Amino acid sequence: MTGSFKLSKSPVLVGGIGVAVFLCVLEIAVETGMVMELVVPRPSDTFLAFPPVQEDMDLVGNFFVTLGMTAASTGIALAIGVPFGYFLYRNRRYGVAYEGWLAAAFAAPTVLLYPLFLVIFGRTYLTLIMMGFIPGAIPIVIQTRQGLLGVSQTLLNVGRSFNVSEREMFWKIQLPSAVPTIFTGIRIGVMYTLVNIVAIEYLIDFGGLGRIVSEMYFRFDTPGTYASIVAVILVSVFFYWGFGRIEKWLRPV
Amino acid sequence: MAQAGVIAAAPAAVPHREATVFRIRLVTVICLLVAWEGLAALGSLEILYGDVIPSSWKIVFAIWNEITAADFYRDLGITFAEHIVGFIVGSAIGLALGIAMGVNPLLRKAIEPYLNAIGSTPKIIFLPILFLIFGTGIDSKMAKGALSAFFPVVFSTALGMILINPVLLRVGKSFNLNQWQTVIKIYIPAMVNPVITGLRLGMAITVIGVLVAELKFADGGLGYRLGNYYEQFRIAEMYAIILIIFALAALANMGMTRLQTYANRHQGGSAAHSLSVATN
Repeated sequence: MTGSFKLSKSPVLVGGIGVAVFLCVLEIAVETGMVMELVVPRPSDTFLAFPPVQEDMDLVGNFFVTLGMTAASTGIALAIGVPFGYFLYRNRRYGVAYEGWLAAAFAAPTVLLYPLFLVIFGRTYLTLIMMGFIPGAIPIVIQTRQGLLGVSQTLLNVGRSFNVSEREMFWKIQLPSAVPTIFTGIRIGVMYTLVNIVAIEYLIDFGGLGRIVSEMYFRFDTPGTYASIVAVILVSVFFYWGFGRIEKWLRPV
Repeated sequence: MAQAGVIAAAPAAVPHREATVFRIRLVTVICLLVAWEGLAALGSLEILYGDVIPSSWKIVFAIWNEITAADFYRDLGITFAEHIVGFIVGSAIGLALGIAMGVNPLLRKAIEPYLNAIGSTPKIIFLPILFLIFGTGIDSKMAKGALSAFFPVVFSTALGMILINPVLLRVGKSFNLNQWQTVIKIYIPAMVNPVITGLRLGMAITVIGVLVAELKFADGGLGYRLGNYYEQFRIAEMYAIILIIFALAALANMGMTRLQTYANRHQGGSAAHSLSVATN
């Protein structure tokens, strides 16, 4: 009775036990031939496939390739997105005119543009960076404008009462107040950038982690394919968790 | 007096503002078209990217050719079937699990970290697993569609369940509503908005998921058609297919937004264009 009570108070433990049970059942199912090993490898084989994949395909090195592409795309998205968001805030009518277009562009399947970039830039890192930049910049523009529009009128009035210049008003009042909202845009932008870059890497067999997944599949190395997929999941979790923590820190209330 | 003047002037200012916004949009479109034609001209003179940027007339002509070609509708039908089946299956599973997570806090807290982890991952990397299980035919694209649709729906549904106003539930209890009446009178109306938000997101992401899967391995569908044009270097046709896909995706999104606004008509809300991380 006491044991079940404690278990119900520990959802993380329940989740962990659930995953462990699932993996054990899968291991037995593959072992007994209920699940084809060619389709789903034993979880233990997937775990053991990490060292060979690392040795053969340099998982860690390719993680840094994907990370570098994501950082470059995000850097360009920030350099263009924040000033453009500020422009849309300063020129309200432009903001209203482009608001709907930006929302539509955010929902559009921009990943399909990759054949065009392939034609223009070829199978190079520039294609990956450009394909990461497009979905990364849109949320940054939208959230920068939203963040600046949401700055408290009281704070602006206080600034005016102190006769601060326009430049000081921006750096000392508007930007600090808008940072949490802008960061939400950056977080969404980084996630979309990472997703697009891994997707394109997978589709064109070029670059970092996405290429490894594709290559492992073509070699019919099922445990290696699963191991590289788990590696991509871990990288996504790292990004999602890391940026979530920073966002919480910026927006404590 | 001055205030009265401002109030009186306000209605006149609205059409003026709308006209300015319209002018900005029109000028932007014209500038983009002129810039495009300029790049196309530079391309045809082989100064810049020959053939990569075709004239807008060539693209319009290619769109016309596409929509009058019989095999285009075959590919459209394949993509549509993959999308609809994937969307329905993924949404149904997402809805059921989302409700279960909303009803059972232990289940929600136990599986939420894992769902978040996989939800933020690019779903395309699961394609090799889907190819291994379902083969490279239409089934794997449907499964990919279902996987894409599942995550936004499960998150929105679970969140909708959690955010139901407890006052409403207490009012229901005070009226002695039975379980069925509570579901019909309280849960379903309160859940409409978040569920439709999830479905709208899910529908948009399913389109991308299915098309990307078709680009990798397929023998039919709009994604396959796009890939074929790329391999044959038929650039105008590539633009045409991309524009057609964008238009269809925008239409589907518009339809879901209208549905959401209609469902919200009694709640005084509108379909919010919130940004969220829901990956294809």
